[in-house]
Amino acid sequence: MTNAAVAAQPPRTGRRSAGVVRGLGRAGLVVLVVALLVGLWELYRWIWTTTGWTWPFLVNDTSMPHVWTIFEAFGQPAQINQPSLISVLLHKTAFTAKEAAAGFGLGAVIGFFLGVVLVHSRLLQRGFLPYIVGSQTVPILAIAPMVVLWVNPRLPGPLQGWGAVAVIATYLTFFPVTINTLRGLQSADARALELMRTYAASRWAVLWKLRVPASLPYVFSALRLAATASVVGAIIGELPTGLQDGLGGAIVNFNQYYSIEPQELWATNVIAALLGIAFFVIVVLAEKAIVRRAPRELA
Amino acid sequence: MSETAGAPAVVRLEGVTKTFPQGNVTALQDIDLELAPRQFVSLIGPSGCGKSTLLRLIGDLLEPTSGSLTVNGKTARQARNDGDYGIVFQDAVLFDWRSVAKNISLPLEMLGWERRRRRARVEEMLELVELAAFAEHHPWQLSGGMQQRVAIARALAFEPPLLLMDEPFGALDEMTRERLNLELLSIWEKTGNTVVFVTHSISEAVFLSSRVVVMSPRPGRIAGTVDIDLPYPRTVETRDAPRFFELVTGVRELLRSRGEHLLPEEEAVLE
Repeated sequence: MTNAAVAAQPPRTGRRSAGVVRGLGRAGLVVLVVALLVGLWELYRWIWTTTGWTWPFLVNDTSMPHVWTIFEAFGQPAQINQPSLISVLLHKTAFTAKEAAAGFGLGAVIGFFLGVVLVHSRLLQRGFLPYIVGSQTVPILAIAPMVVLWVNPRLPGPLQGWGAVAVIATYLTFFPVTINTLRGLQSADARALELMRTYAASRWAVLWKLRVPASLPYVFSALRLAATASVVGAIIGELPTGLQDGLGGAIVNFNQYYSIEPQELWATNVIAALLGIAFFVIVVLAEKAIVRRAPRELA
Repeated sequence: MSETAGAPAVVRLEGVTKTFPQGNVTALQDIDLELAPRQFVSLIGPSGCGKSTLLRLIGDLLEPTSGSLTVNGKTARQARNDGDYGIVFQDAVLFDWRSVAKNISLPLEMLGWERRRRRARVEEMLELVELAAFAEHHPWQLSGGMQQRVAIARALAFEPPLLLMDEPFGALDEMTRERLNLELLSIWEKTGNTVVFVTHSISEAVFLSSRVVVMSPRPGRIAGTVDIDLPYPRTVETRDAPRFFELVTGVRELLRSRGEHLLPEEEAVLE
């Protein structure tokens, strides 16, 4: 017992400074990987342009602009008499982030709710699960125009346009949350369920005190997927709606000028990727704050 | 325990039979058993003798196929709904996402106790199982023995008159097990529950119990009961007393007398 007691009570300051060191180590790793990728990009460019290889594609300033050209583009206006690209893109990012966040939130809630309903009824599971799975085999681009037509007229003024895009993002996010919530709710230990029975626990109590806490690791791994899917859903959703305020609109726009100014599309892609990563990181941080479970190496 | 003679039975089984339709197994046949208040009763027998099934019937986690079963003078269902018993399984079955204190507080939440009352009781229980320093730890930070003490605290937190224990120390090493036996006895002497304790260790059963119910398998029946007249409080020295060995031998012989039903590996368990 004394051994366990010692192991169980590491000095608090030690834990914190170890955490700082680990955090710095992780940040250093991220910087290192980014530097490595930039280096690989430039090395590939250099080898292919100096040797003149054209397989699998011709490398030049259009197909692979220099990394610094892309980053320089942020500081320059995309069109004459306009603010710099970065400030334009940041506005568009905020717009797309709003759509994605709304879609993520709505998708998470709907997905979780569906999971809770399905776990309580084998009949519903058998009846509805195939259609829920089927819903994801329909390409999002194929249904986006209909979603806009159906949803937009019912939306109040401030939600017009972007609200429909959020619904499209929802469509991509609810699915992994439903599936993993269902699995997570079913993961509750059989003896723990028996223990709840000895307390004469209601279904509701079993759900909130046992099933839901047990499901959280599963739910969060779905939310991580859903976080990035919601950004992709928002960007794709902007295409058929013709919205110009978000990253999707910017991508369509810069696509048309790619042969002249490729760096602008690349710069937009970098920003879109960063937005997806930001969503992912927020979910991971939320998970760290909420889910208490045994460290994996001990479990 | 003579001072409780004549008191109404906490658990009463009359002609209880339990068959499982899958495989047509008769787990228990015609069980008659009466447990008086404050008794510490062990159910002992080889695997397949139905001792865990019997415990689950008392806890209304299973229903008898026939016969009558009352707990605190009520149906087992009513007793379960009234919170008349606490249970401890072989594994602690603690919730990882709850601290030790919150795990102990779980049944109190289910009973709708208000926060301040819960906190006070959890503190008492932590003192009782000597884990006050670990209130805010999470289960995975505790040793197996400590986890099982948390499970005992949780089972006793709402002061149920009856404590059901299903091989609670079966997964622990011998030394931890013997220490927890002593701790369990001291807890029992303070709380005065009736305890039903399933085990397949003869010395554990004799050491702990005021009465040992010996069961035999296929179908599960009561082979006999042995009243353990060793005085409480029992200590480390109890295990060295000649009377202790006599009683252990008595229980072992009762198990042996039904030995023709045992498989070789079950025989080994009894050594």
